[in-house]
Amino acid sequence: MDFGPHLMLAMLEGAVTAAILALTAMGLSVVFGVMRVVNVAHGEFYMLGAVIAWFVASTLGTHPAVGFVAALVIAPLLVGALAALIDITVLQRIGYDPERTIVATIGLLYILQQGTLMTFGPDARPVAPPFNTRLALPFVEWGENGLALYWPWGLSITSYKLFVTAAAAVILIALWLFMTRTRAGLIMRATQQDSAMARAFGIPVAKVYALVFGLGAALAAMGAVLVVPIQQAHYLMGGDPLLLSFIVVIIGGLGSLPGTVIAALLIGMSDGVISVFFSPTLAKILATLAVAMVLVFRPQGLLGKKPQ
Amino acid sequence: MNRPLALHLVVIAALAAAFFVLPDYHSGNLARIMVLAVYAMGYNLAFGYTGLLSLGHALFFAAGMYGLALSMQHLSLTAIPALMVALIASALVAGITGALALRTRGVAFMIVTLMFAQAGYLTALYFVQYTRGDEGFVLPQAVRQIAGVDLSSAMGRYFAALILFSVTLLIIGALVRAPFGRTLIAIRENEARATMLGYDVQRRKWLALVASGTISGMAGAAYALLFGYAGASFAAVPYSIFPLLYVLLGGAGTTLGPLVGAVFMFYLIDLSSGVTDAYMLVAGVVLVLLTLFLPQGLLGTLRKRWVPWLP
Repeated sequence: MDFGPHLMLAMLEGAVTAAILALTAMGLSVVFGVMRVVNVAHGEFYMLGAVIAWFVASTLGTHPAVGFVAALVIAPLLVGALAALIDITVLQRIGYDPERTIVATIGLLYILQQGTLMTFGPDARPVAPPFNTRLALPFVEWGENGLALYWPWGLSITSYKLFVTAAAAVILIALWLFMTRTRAGLIMRATQQDSAMARAFGIPVAKVYALVFGLGAALAAMGAVLVVPIQQAHYLMGGDPLLLSFIVVIIGGLGSLPGTVIAALLIGMSDGVISVFFSPTLAKILATLAVAMVLVFRPQGLLGKKPQ
Repeated sequence: MNRPLALHLVVIAALAAAFFVLPDYHSGNLARIMVLAVYAMGYNLAFGYTGLLSLGHALFFAAGMYGLALSMQHLSLTAIPALMVALIASALVAGITGALALRTRGVAFMIVTLMFAQAGYLTALYFVQYTRGDEGFVLPQAVRQIAGVDLSSAMGRYFAALILFSVTLLIIGALVRAPFGRTLIAIRENEARATMLGYDVQRRKWLALVASGTISGMAGAAYALLFGYAGASFAAVPYSIFPLLYVLLGGAGTTLGPLVGAVFMFYLIDLSSGVTDAYMLVAGVVLVLLTLFLPQGLLGTLRKRWVPWLP
């Protein structure tokens, strides 16, 4: 393949990565925005979403589409409920102290990950995509009669991957409408701005926190259900999304939702492009160092506002 | 002689006697635990005394480990010069990353250290032709000796570990009672007040982090030298979590807490890995239970309730 089609393929793959990443990172960002805690176990909620999707799809065992739709409903609900339960039993009891929360969620990370290893096992398991037709894509070239379309060999994408990007966009728009147009969203934003004042106005802040923590985990689980027909479910799959979500949330500005989406697009696309042309390990080294440097020299993130 | 120093000497004497009393299997474990306890003591200097919660100390452990192992493997250095390389490597890495990371505080500091350590781990994987990545490489028995003492023998290994442990314990015991150590505790307790009293807080935090990283690096070098193996898994996230776990369990800001925590966790994981592959489950459960019910750790609680002079 020439450079042009190659780049286009990399960007299409990057768009899929960016879509999943936007969902997962949005979960982390919502939790940080409202509750001001960093959830290190976020990647494990993602992993649980994928594993539950496999359980649902293989239990139903009918047409892949039925199993997939069922998983898309059941996995986020279960993972969200588990996260809310964890919030009530652990995080609420340590008063959301920032450092103790990180230590506790590191503990939860190992509990969830190793618990999955004991039940689900060490194997990677696939989930069949609900539909999966290969679509060849054209590219332009400068031919004898001026610009002409041609179909380079290998430049194609599956219908499922296109669906993933569309679905992620729909979910994110729904989340945005929820946050800005509903009463529950208003309560969440009020709690985010001033939890003491929200409490004074009779908002049950503890319940809001539990729901927000559940919502954050459910978003990660949704991302995982969408990704599991492309990648297999595995008990260690939470590590990379956690790292990338951190990167996205930090670059986008901790707690800034539009910043998170823009950063997810930026990171997802560049991750796709860089790992096509360079060694993925080198790409990761540069990405982690870049994040560390952003935190050191611009702690409010590239798009975040300076604290007043 | 004061009570803390006497206690430290009693612990060292007890550890020396333990080699002749315990069965081979347990004295072998104890040698490993002492090296890990040195690592945790280094971590404790930053976290327990200065209040710097780092999630990236594996970077310093690995800097020492690779500083020794790579210079022995590829430059054919003997043990003592290789230890010097390890010392310089870990101090340098701690100095540079510390200067950058200490511009941040709180949660950002934790994430920055985590990211630096992750970059270090990936770097070890990237230079796979030298480090052999996760698989690692073995240091041949012939080079693992200092002044004719075979460090791969049970006795040589145990007493080398004990010497390293004792020296570190006595240095840290003296350091935290000296004015410098006192100001570190002051920074941990109330940084604004320490600044107001005129201490150069930023420089002292940096010095504490460099000392902490160097001790951790020496533990990493000793691990490679005594157990004859260096691999990238020692640079990965779990090895940043272990010292945190040991220190939290034993008691942050106590001189002997790291040893107590290391002994407990080592045997807990050792016992549970006989039952299941998912032995890190135990580490997770202990972390959650500690934050919920015993935030001061074993010795911290002991000191608060019953033994106020405990160092």
